[in-house]
Amino acid sequence: MIELMINGEKHQLDVSAEMPLLWALRDIVKLTGSKYGCGKGLCGACTVHIDGDATRSCVLPVSAAVGKRVTTIEGLSENADHPLQQAWMELNVPQCGYCQSGQIMSAASLLNKNSKPSDEDIDQAMAGNLCRCGTYPRIRSAIHQAAKLAREVK
Amino acid sequence: MNFLQKIGEIPCVNSVSDELTNEDQIVESSIIQNVSRRNFIKGAGLAGSGFVIGAQFSTANAVSPNNDMNSDSFNPDVFISIDDEGTVTIMSHRSEMGQGVRSSLPLLVADEMECDWDRVIVKQAIGDAKYGSQNTDGSRSVRKFYFRLKEAGATARTMLQHAAAQVWKVKPDQVTIYNHQAKLTQSTQVLDFSQLVKIAAKLPVPDKSTLRLKTEAEHRYVGKENMKILDAKDIVTGKAVYGYDVELPHMKYSVIARPPVLFGKVKSYDASKTLKVPGVIKVIEMPLLSAPAVYNMLGGIAVIAENTWAAMQGRDKLKIQWEHGKNASYNTKNHEKNFKLALKNPQYLIRNRGNWEQAKKEADRIISHDYYVAGIAHATMEPPAATAIVSEDGVDVWTCTQAPQSAQGNVMSVLNIPKDKTTTVRINVTLLGGAFGRKSKPDYVAEAAYLANETKMPIKVLWTREDEIKHGYYHSPSYQKLAATFNKSRQATGWYHAMVNHPIGATFNPAIKQAGSAELGQGDMPFDLPNIKIANGESDTFLRIGWVRSVTNINNAFAVCSFADEMAVESGIDPKEYLLSLLGKNQHIDLNKDGFNYGNYGEKLEHYPIDTARFKNVINIVAKNAGWGKKLPKGHGMGIAVHRSFCTYVATIVEVSMPNGKIKIEKVHYAVDAGKIINPDRIRSQMEGAAIFSTSIAFYGEITADKGAVEQSNFHDYELARIGQVPEVNVHIVKSEHPPAGIGEPGVPPFAPALCNAIYKASGKRFRRLPLKQFGIV
Repeated sequence: MIELMINGEKHQLDVSAEMPLLWALRDIVKLTGSKYGCGKGLCGACTVHIDGDATRSCVLPVSAAVGKRVTTIEGLSENADHPLQQAWMELNVPQCGYCQSGQIMSAASLLNKNSKPSDEDIDQAMAGNLCRCGTYPRIRSAIHQAAKLAREVK
Repeated sequence: MNFLQKIGEIPCVNSVSDELTNEDQIVESSIIQNVSRRNFIKGAGLAGSGFVIGAQFSTANAVSPNNDMNSDSFNPDVFISIDDEGTVTIMSHRSEMGQGVRSSLPLLVADEMECDWDRVIVKQAIGDAKYGSQNTDGSRSVRKFYFRLKEAGATARTMLQHAAAQVWKVKPDQVTIYNHQAKLTQSTQVLDFSQLVKIAAKLPVPDKSTLRLKTEAEHRYVGKENMKILDAKDIVTGKAVYGYDVELPHMKYSVIARPPVLFGKVKSYDASKTLKVPGVIKVIEMPLLSAPAVYNMLGGIAVIAENTWAAMQGRDKLKIQWEHGKNASYNTKNHEKNFKLALKNPQYLIRNRGNWEQAKKEADRIISHDYYVAGIAHATMEPPAATAIVSEDGVDVWTCTQAPQSAQGNVMSVLNIPKDKTTTVRINVTLLGGAFGRKSKPDYVAEAAYLANETKMPIKVLWTREDEIKHGYYHSPSYQKLAATFNKSRQATGWYHAMVNHPIGATFNPAIKQAGSAELGQGDMPFDLPNIKIANGESDTFLRIGWVRSVTNINNAFAVCSFADEMAVESGIDPKEYLLSLLGKNQHIDLNKDGFNYGNYGEKLEHYPIDTARFKNVINIVAKNAGWGKKLPKGHGMGIAVHRSFCTYVATIVEVSMPNGKIKIEKVHYAVDAGKIINPDRIRSQMEGAAIFSTSIAFYGEITADKGAVEQSNFHDYELARIGQVPEVNVHIVKSEHPPAGIGEPGVPPFAPALCNAIYKASGKRFRRLPLKQFGIV
């Protein structure tokens, strides 16, 4: 049994230690907000937070998440009220939407460390997240807007 | 699992003209019925009581509603229902893949019937022929359904008006319907839709000729800015359900080892190590595929497991001896010489005007260049996935499909279900995590149904990224030869364009060799020259061909718009001015005169002519917005291209610089004339996305095969553009009174040529091959 702390709740998982966290989240815990895109850490669709840091869950064995806080898109906020989620809705960022939970989790990790990122900071932090539909310009705008929202709240 | 979601907030808009000229001709025939009178709602997935409007949109001749009233062949393709609480449910019968259809067509219906958008629910329709065509491709959802859906909404509104008139015992013209209420003229009396439902349900359907459609000024949602997209909240909270996300009780997971070469087969296999992987349940040999490929299963060995990871591990441990078959002779790079050879004397004449051979003889100068665009993959962020259960009640499928009826047919064919039992195969359409044409081909749905039937278990088939890249339907590489003749005053006198690729037709009939498709950006090129010869060659085909977003327009526009720029350089004229002069006088181009029987994306030329004035208009607008001609920083260059596809006119200007010899895209400008529009925000998002999608094609897009097997496998060797590579995309939507045209695809074709024309301006280097990474400039 592997014990994981996911979105503030303890889960006992009967899985092999090397199963990537993504599949444990999706197939076992049934949290399907984190997406599969490549299985190699190349696209960022599977991004979750491990102790607050953006991490590619498709290449992280569940054993490496033991004793740490795992946060998925489902646990980012209580009711879609994270500044990024609000900015995302306000600016109509998504197209197909599939990569967006990974994008938002990467962006949230960025804002945790940098409350006022520049375009370059954003481009660098988000470089690992692919979007085939091409929502990048709006992602950039939404991160700026969320950063502003978060600063105003503080 | 129903993914029928409440639309929370409201979408947006610009003002667009909505004059319904020629509407009668455009609405081919629609039959609207009050189906609540005949208990039709049972099984339609709508509220069990209340008022239901069914609209049948037949492409055949009009059928009298009375004749049809008691017929089982009634095929509605959109339903509106209102329940006792006044909640309006609108069926979305087209698939949502990011193009915004769920935030567009239902909005049009709601606006026309005067709903309060907050009291509307949009439900996703299952695959059923009663909806008419559901194949969400070809950029035609709005184009084909705009007027028809307005009419459906107007019918519902009129019946509510009549119902209120009955209550108040007045003539209907004393009643106004506005924002979910009926109001009595010169009175404060109002009735909510909820109070009218039972009466409206008993009323006859008004004659179409009596309907009054809303004018542009009366629209409250259509054409407005700041309309919120329907599924945004579900998407940003991770609750949105895609094909990959479907979870059923006791469901098992499957990945399949497919033959590396098309029509290859399993000679022998050893699954002993696979079966030892914890969680693996069994392996199943898939049926052998023989030509034609169509949407059939590819074959191979399926691994069934308790979770996806176990299935993947099990697949890795399979030992399979393949017999590759004759397609193993194919090597993409070597095949290019066959393409070149095919263009020496292309035998299929597409379009002929004047006398090209004579023009060559008389020319003072001839320029000629070859263009090559590599094959590409769809690379949807969500790879194909489908979940199926087979039971005594039939087959239930949940999948990300552009074509639910095609998926239904495929399942019936795989499971030998008789043609009259369509209702036993229910295709539930999830959200699509990108599609771009791949998900109109339901081979993966057939796999899920086959395995569910074999195992008697609910099965989810998941394609890995490697599967998606290595076993796709590919956008064929193309080889093109263009030439132009000039007279002594450097005026162009002739145009020649020959093209060859692997035709998509071969996916359906291996005997087909003629390159396709000249309809899309080659034969319909708009330049007004006295001598034109357009011809195609032929080729064998070795992979499954299935075009990517905007089809051969990608290749044809790259060649045509690049070559037009080269002609401008040859003539010593500014490229934008040169494009305007090539387009010549304002006219509707008659391709029949040139012997080309043009399909025009399935539209009549009277409604959707090839209009040179609209080409010129988007050129002038985009040039103005980009500041074409202004002094640019040293090392910067602007390139322009214009293209009509899916009946929409798009002009693009890209500005680049070349620091350290690498392309830096500085800015992108679009002007788009798509006729009447519904949701301007979703049009802008499609153009922004098209710029980035095209950047991926232009920079990186290249699928190659060796010994018949695709060489790329994942995003490290099939790269996509990343966030730092595309800056601001400025989009200008032309106010237009023309009939609505396509949006999902038309932004793609002009981008790559505009980019390469800009690179030429910035660096003096002309690139005639895509992708550009081969030149070390990406």
